[in-house]
Amino acid sequence: MIVIPCPHCGPRNEDEFVCWSEVVPRPADPDALSDAEWNDYLYNHDNPRGWVREQWWHERGCRRWIIVERNTVTHEVAGAEPSGQ
Amino acid sequence: MDGRGLNAPMRRFSIFSLLRNALAYRADWQRMWRSPEPKRRYDVVIVGGGGHGLGAAYYLARDHGIRNVAVLEKGWLGGGNTARNTMTIRSNYIRPPSVPFHEGSMALYRELSRELNYNLMVGRRGMISFLQSSQAARTAARMANTMHVHGAKYELIDVEEIRRRLPIFLPPLRPRLEVLGGVHQPEAMMARHDAVAWGFARMADAHGIDIIQNCEVTGIRRSGVGVVGVETTHGFIEADKVGMAVAGSGSVVAAMAGFRLPIEVQPLQAWVSEPVKPVLDEILVFSGYGCYMMQSDKGELVIGGPTDPFPSYAQRGTFRVIEQVTAAVLEMFPIFSRMKLLRHWAGLLDIVHDGSPIISKTPLANFYVDVAGAGGFKTTPMAARMHAWLIAKDEPHELIRDFGLDRFERGRLVVEGGVSFNR
Repeated sequence: MIVIPCPHCGPRNEDEFVCWSEVVPRPADPDALSDAEWNDYLYNHDNPRGWVREQWWHERGCRRWIIVERNTVTHEVAGAEPSGQ
Repeated sequence: MDGRGLNAPMRRFSIFSLLRNALAYRADWQRMWRSPEPKRRYDVVIVGGGGHGLGAAYYLARDHGIRNVAVLEKGWLGGGNTARNTMTIRSNYIRPPSVPFHEGSMALYRELSRELNYNLMVGRRGMISFLQSSQAARTAARMANTMHVHGAKYELIDVEEIRRRLPIFLPPLRPRLEVLGGVHQPEAMMARHDAVAWGFARMADAHGIDIIQNCEVTGIRRSGVGVVGVETTHGFIEADKVGMAVAGSGSVVAAMAGFRLPIEVQPLQAWVSEPVKPVLDEILVFSGYGCYMMQSDKGELVIGGPTDPFPSYAQRGTFRVIEQVTAAVLEMFPIFSRMKLLRHWAGLLDIVHDGSPIISKTPLANFYVDVAGAGGFKTTPMAARMHAWLIAKDEPHELIRDFGLDRFERGRLVVEGGVSFNR
């Protein structure tokens, strides 16, 4: 069980959240990408063993998107911040 | 000469060897495989000594005569994710490339115990998926038609037939999702999962392949467009070709080689009750709840559900999946509510974006990958055989032409929903 410190609601149980995926910066100009770059953006993941920055959705809470820093081995959560979206 | 000596030729198991060893107080059993020190150089190095990796080494020797091969395993054989699945072998998939691949794997499994001279305890149990919505029934009907086209048996059955096959099942009076019927795969099997790794290891060893345990790959040495070998905890090992078969660590090893894969790691949990007399001979899937149950040969009820809701490399799971799945199983079978749970485990799945395997060349010329896609136990012999073919010939076999990494860039995804994972 993970406790996620939602920046809007305070510490909440992971059950209230949906984990989306690791944070991937959007390409500034999608039209300028080659097929290989577009493929890399769309499908490939770092999928790291260790610390990762992820987008989570507080579905059963404030219903806002947040960015969570989490360890994929120990399940520790270092912090969470608003996603700006 | 001591028959148990490290370099003695493999002795075949038979009823006579069993009798002889029973009479000799079991003191004469031979070692299953050697534990050699790694050589400086191999034709092929396989990273990962699970079922897929050991199988690839075996098929390299059997089908292609390539015997100067090492399998590197960071732990011990049968101690990784090979032994952390739920032992089910089935082929209910829907895309044209998927059905022959999974059907072929089942055909290999049927003969594998005999071929490897090792009892994998393969049991043809059959599998019933409970259909709990009209949407699920339509999907099942379409899948059944697809499978019939490929010559595989997958049949819609009604509740009466479910009751005839499963006398212990009484349709619940007030279920959350009513059971409308089922779909039955009579050829579905169960097998002992760690035995698959051991059987392949023993036969690969008999072909002269070096299996090196407690040898973790820590880096991949590149040169220009290819690799020259792998850095390990036992030093550098040179290799003409390297194959990767590391369930649950695909991204980690690919990162060492300098590229990324379209995968996310997710744990899949299972838990097991105390053993009871046989009550379920078929594998049961509750499609509406995304969970399943079966009874092992030992008599334990094995229960599992969807993968955990976030990526994780920890081989343990979150409690909410256990709670939800157990509740769903007990809704279907209230009679099991007083049974005690004995054990629980989680295995790591490299979930590919479209749920299908990747058996492919990579951006590096002599580096090949075998990623199961979702659960990889059922595909072990076929994926291993195809991986071996790919390594030996440097081009994919017809059966895996659609399972290359290039499918993502070309937009030719092989999307499979018949797999249990969170998206």
